[in-house]
Amino acid sequence: MPDDVVGAEVRMLLGDEAVALAALHSGISAAYAYPGTPATEILEALAFHGDKPATWCANEKTAYEQALGMSMAGKRALVSMKHVGLNVAADPFMNSAVVHPIGGLVLAVADDPGMHSSQNEQDSRFYADFARVPCLEPADPQQAYDMTREAFEVSECFRIPVMLRLVTRIAHQRAGVRTSAPREENALAESDRADWVLLPGFARRNWRKRIEQRKEIAGWTESSGHNALTLNDSFRELGVITTGLVRSYFLEVSAALGLTPSHLHIGAYPIPALLVRQLADHVSEILVIEEGYPYVERMLRGLIPPFVSIRGKESGDIPADGELNQEIVWKAFGVEPPHGLAIPMHVAERPPRLCDGCPHIDAYNALTAVLGEYESPLVTSDIGCYTLGALPPIGVGQSCVCMGASIGMAKGAAEAGVRPVVAVIGDSTFLHSGITPLMDAVAGNTNMTLLILDNDVVAMTGTQPTLLPSSRIADIVRGIGVPPEHCHVFESHPRRTAELTELLRKEIAHGGLSAVIVHRPCIEAARQSRKARAS
Amino acid sequence: MKFDIIVAGVGGQGVLSIGAIVSAAAMRSGLRAVQSEVHGMSQRGGAVVSHLRLADREIHSPTIAHGGADLIIGLEPLESLRYVDFLAAGGSLISATEPVLNIPDYPPIEEVLMSILRLPRGRVIEATKIAREAGAVKAANVVMVGAAVDFLPVDAAEVRCAIADAFRSKGERLLGANLAAFEAGQRAMQHRELVDEFETFVLTN
Repeated sequence: MPDDVVGAEVRMLLGDEAVALAALHSGISAAYAYPGTPATEILEALAFHGDKPATWCANEKTAYEQALGMSMAGKRALVSMKHVGLNVAADPFMNSAVVHPIGGLVLAVADDPGMHSSQNEQDSRFYADFARVPCLEPADPQQAYDMTREAFEVSECFRIPVMLRLVTRIAHQRAGVRTSAPREENALAESDRADWVLLPGFARRNWRKRIEQRKEIAGWTESSGHNALTLNDSFRELGVITTGLVRSYFLEVSAALGLTPSHLHIGAYPIPALLVRQLADHVSEILVIEEGYPYVERMLRGLIPPFVSIRGKESGDIPADGELNQEIVWKAFGVEPPHGLAIPMHVAERPPRLCDGCPHIDAYNALTAVLGEYESPLVTSDIGCYTLGALPPIGVGQSCVCMGASIGMAKGAAEAGVRPVVAVIGDSTFLHSGITPLMDAVAGNTNMTLLILDNDVVAMTGTQPTLLPSSRIADIVRGIGVPPEHCHVFESHPRRTAELTELLRKEIAHGGLSAVIVHRPCIEAARQSRKARAS
Repeated sequence: MKFDIIVAGVGGQGVLSIGAIVSAAAMRSGLRAVQSEVHGMSQRGGAVVSHLRLADREIHSPTIAHGGADLIIGLEPLESLRYVDFLAAGGSLISATEPVLNIPDYPPIEEVLMSILRLPRGRVIEATKIAREAGAVKAANVVMVGAAVDFLPVDAAEVRCAIADAFRSKGERLLGANLAAFEAGQRAMQHRELVDEFETFVLTN
């Protein structure tokens, strides 16, 4: 590890970078991830700073499984992903709570309240609760560092996976972080079969152990310094509960308003029930301010007496969607926040768009020309830069739901009788989750066309390399049974748009399954590699 | 002391680098800095904004509240206006004049610049032109740092050092051009007669 990342000096780090550095300092032997905003920079920082393998994987499920194998062998591992990535990794995640990890296993998952770069704003704390694993939620990049260090200790102490829940404003917040002394890697260890073979007999035993362990874990959260209760004896009307990031808004606003209500901050889960009850004994009303879903708010009712009222997202005192900010906290205290100057004229929106010269534009031009010849064509799209094709001026793509959904949805729509149906997906998204639905389409000889827009990289998240070289994608498509005469690889160029149009016309008219892989490197990736070569 | 800055621009203009330079200079001056950044989708040619907070004590919220910003640095005029409601009474706005015309409904540029100049403390500067003259057309963001430097609670010398640190690894030529861009931006804002002349031209044409 380079000297400049060790020691006690304060460095400006993104929350994501703080997690990465803490994982390195915790003695991880490897890290696994699939790119996804706002979690991408965790693995990027590991690859940049560390001398341990930091591996991009096919998807979040395979990433999680590799981290689990590392833990089984006694070594520490970090696995990171965005919130919706945990849906993909939900199977290994849920079941990893039933085995008994040996090396510390930490899942850093970054939620995206406000949907800056995501299709939903699901709250990963529900997953931690669902799997019954401990969860740490940092309030700033310093805590992101400290909690990551602690998460590995907690994981090994309770032999359980630990979730580190980030949100965008932590992941992408840059602030001074003080690091602490690094620790060595773990030695290899042998695992006990009964701990890892989830046959029903073993699984029942393991699960019962987990349930029994709840008391011990509760003891940890009740006494954790991350859960801090401050009682104000001279103010009994209102108590406030904050979680994670929200502490910063609360401290800012309460100082501005000169308010000092009793306050419980939660940074470690399961929810510290005793601290919650202590707060409830002290006040007649509790205001819960939390980023994400009303998780604590909904759990509260089961913990406190019915005569203590609860305000928050469920009660409508705080908006139930979007990101929190200082203004929302002002309003929750019943005070109108300050206003700035009026914006003097209408400011047109500036949504993201495909880069000038983006290869997807050529493919979309060809596709638009062909589809114009049909009365009601359907294009299912997927997750990546090419999703932006749905916006004007291109306007291609009727759906974008989750990784790989374009292909399965195209099959469903084709079976419903829509003609023609085209599924548009990128190379990395195809490898992530597109192969399995394509098998379904092969099995059903579905009348649809698969258009793979292959630009060699995961472009949207910052041009990480696609797992397999371009040439293998055609092998996969043909290998799982798309007829070779209807599987084409087309080297794209703006000058060849007419040729591509002709090819798409022919394959869309074909009355069965066809695939066209349109290849041309991402222009942004090309620009970056030119820059890298120049310096 | 606290000083809150909004840096606005379009993906690819170097919004985040401004924050990195100014926060590094603030740290060198013994201040604390917190920057809230936008990564991901908006960086593809969309509106990008960064909140940068400097203080001599602990900073809580990573984002600035409406009416709280002491300074807006705009790399693009329409993007400068987008966040005017974040400006505090008494806050200043410094904007580059050159528009990024990647949307169909961009208003007439004269109207945009006029709206900026009619703000109580609105200033514009031909950042790209100045950067080109300094020898690095891509350094318009560093020109803007120069234009803003006398508003910051940090010495210009510290900012200059932060720029030198940021570009040292990029080679002599880029380092020199960026330092020149920084100094040219500072000069342009200090020699008000040049800016005033341009502003008068905009306001009267």
